[in-house]
Amino acid sequence: MIPELGHFALILALCVALVQGTLPLFGAARGDARLMALAPTAALTQAFLVILAFLALMQAYVASDFSVANVVANSHSAKPLLYKITGVWGNHEGSMLLWALILSIFGAAVAIFGAELPDSLRSRVLAIQALIGVGFLAFILFTSNPFARLAPAPPDGNGLNPLLQDPGLAFHPPLLYLGYVGFSVTYAFAIAALLEGRVDAAWARWVRPWTLAAWCFLTLGIALGSWWAYYILGWGGFWFWDPVENASLMPWLAGTALLHSAIVVEKRDALKSWTVLLAILAFSLSLLGTFLVRSGVLTSVHAFAQDPARGLYILCFLLAVTGGGLTLYALRAPGLQPGGLFQPLSREGALILNNLLLCTLAATVLLGTLYPLFLDLLTGNKVSVGPPFFNATFVPICLALFAALCVGPFLGWKRAELWPALAHLRIAFAVAVVAALVAAFAIDQSSTLAAVAFGFGVWLIVGTLAELATRLRLGRLPLRESLRRLRNTPRASIGMTISHAALGFVVLGAVATGAWHAELIRTLKPGETVSFAGYDVTLQRVDNVQGANYVAERATLAVTRGGKPFTTLLPERRLFVVQRRQVAETAIQTNLLRDFYATLGEGDANTGWTIRLYDNPLAPWIWLGAALCALGGFVSLSDRRLRIGAPTRRRTVQAAE
Amino acid sequence: MIPKRKRLWLLLGSLAVLGVAVALVLSALNDNLVFFYSPSQVAEKHVAPERRFRLGGLVEAGSVKKNGQEVRFIVTDTHQSVPVVYRGLLPDLFREGQGVVAEGALGPDGVFVAREVLAKHDENYMPPEVAKAIKEAGQWREKR
Repeated sequence: MIPELGHFALILALCVALVQGTLPLFGAARGDARLMALAPTAALTQAFLVILAFLALMQAYVASDFSVANVVANSHSAKPLLYKITGVWGNHEGSMLLWALILSIFGAAVAIFGAELPDSLRSRVLAIQALIGVGFLAFILFTSNPFARLAPAPPDGNGLNPLLQDPGLAFHPPLLYLGYVGFSVTYAFAIAALLEGRVDAAWARWVRPWTLAAWCFLTLGIALGSWWAYYILGWGGFWFWDPVENASLMPWLAGTALLHSAIVVEKRDALKSWTVLLAILAFSLSLLGTFLVRSGVLTSVHAFAQDPARGLYILCFLLAVTGGGLTLYALRAPGLQPGGLFQPLSREGALILNNLLLCTLAATVLLGTLYPLFLDLLTGNKVSVGPPFFNATFVPICLALFAALCVGPFLGWKRAELWPALAHLRIAFAVAVVAALVAAFAIDQSSTLAAVAFGFGVWLIVGTLAELATRLRLGRLPLRESLRRLRNTPRASIGMTISHAALGFVVLGAVATGAWHAELIRTLKPGETVSFAGYDVTLQRVDNVQGANYVAERATLAVTRGGKPFTTLLPERRLFVVQRRQVAETAIQTNLLRDFYATLGEGDANTGWTIRLYDNPLAPWIWLGAALCALGGFVSLSDRRLRIGAPTRRRTVQAAE
Repeated sequence: MIPKRKRLWLLLGSLAVLGVAVALVLSALNDNLVFFYSPSQVAEKHVAPERRFRLGGLVEAGSVKKNGQEVRFIVTDTHQSVPVVYRGLLPDLFREGQGVVAEGALGPDGVFVAREVLAKHDENYMPPEVAKAIKEAGQWREKR
């Protein structure tokens, strides 16, 4: 009964979305206030219905209702409750429903908080949102219905993919989707602006918080995914340039560019049509990511067995969204009023450089990801483009971006001088060079690139702090005066400082782990000891352990350093009984400066067990840095100038920037 | 500055960045393309030793032999087969009779020395290249 209610709610939601996607558009075109007033009500109704459908599916999972085919395929009565809940989106149908859920909630949020938007803009934004919703709801209902029944109901389900039974992955998809779908709102705003033929500072003030929020969630989602890959896959790496990872990186890069160009629209009323274009591209790349994951066209560690018909649907939808958006852009963008003028050397110029480099990065990743697909279509040759390609292209462009990143915030709007900005960065430059030299000679003499990149990481941190110090006139004014200035600094600027410095931490962590890690694979019998990276590791014993829905072999590894006990690691090898699948559970001892990492391979008492050990310097900084980066975004989001609804109120006195 | 000059500057800047990017991409693609071959293609093309490529097919049943960390197995597309040696931990989903993709190069003795054996998230998943290779060898049976 409840699954049917969910199914009906979803069908009703599609009908409501169809109404919301059409009538308000007519209303806005004709200036009919009654038709426009339909949009917010419809958005709230649609959100209510989709939430109802989602809860119905969740109920089926929690209660282990095995008359629902989706629950049978992806759940099991012996699964812990947390994974029964997260199992809802741990499969294709449920994850698409999650996407539709977030989309409709965001639509409702625009309806609720957008009361102060001009009526025509709001109804157009909501209508575009609804049309995207129509695409996804129809996709769910016609190709991947999560509520399909199975008769007769089997006594128990097949269980969830064991790799997904992990707290890290449980929250990876929702965060990622919050990011992907957040860009649908900026897309809707971009299309609505093109329909209106007007892009102004008030528009940018609406777009910026949405971009910022989507960007923060996407950052967290990517970081969580990378962290999960690090400790679950047991390869010790954090980024594999896998097509599906790239699929989430591309919208992130485009979104980062959008975040920065929206500032120029808001402050200087320039770069308008470029910003609109970026908003269209960012969402298109999000959809492309979904297409790549869901269609299985690319060989990837993430590739799940999928139905090509679904891929075709998403591809058509992608073409409609991108093609429609770009066509409208081509027709309307030339009509947008050009805005404020500026010299090439200025804050605007620096932000353009940022955008150029970020878009080039996104294009490089896009090319590397899709090239195998094109080559296969054209010549039938199967190739793969791996990490060496990305290291050779992505890294140099990144370094150029990092070099410019610290200089930009020192440049004034409209016109600026380069030398005074560089003079402020003398100390940062010196510190970075020293760090690179220390890395090159003291840590590792084999990789110049790693040493240079390490120097850039330090440059990002010190250079960003130098900007903050200059802003506060630290050391030139009494400390109390500097602190007062810190309190008066707009949150958006504090957020920028945090995020830019955090990027430096990510770079340091990535360089140190990538270039300077130590790795050892050895077969050990109980009682045997191996020395590794200054530690002595003894395999004491291997026990059999019984888990909730798995049995495991658990190794006890005693790690000593210079004769003194350092830690005990307990890596496991779990056999999930229902699926007959083995998953390695790594054991990581971290002190925030380095990770000592162990995984247990196959083996038995006679031949010994294969043990894999890693010593990863600064590894935790990668994810802590990324979390800090997102935190900077949230701090910036809390700026009252960006607070939703604030744009139309009288502007409060702003602290000097 | 007049808008025309501004636009020219922008254009030049974009072209410079794009040019550098294109140069980087082309040189990187040249060096780093890794081709995918099935065992039949390996036999037919006489792939040079030390040339890095991906080998895909099924792990032949009964061929997996472990000796410490060294694993030897045979990858087959049911038509031709290639012996493989790999030192390291195999992915959790490595099974006899299942699809596998290994990256590495042929040694002088004709044994494929794998540097990496790729894992999959899903046991029903067959890498598309492997499915195609097996189809081409004429041995494909539709499952499910």
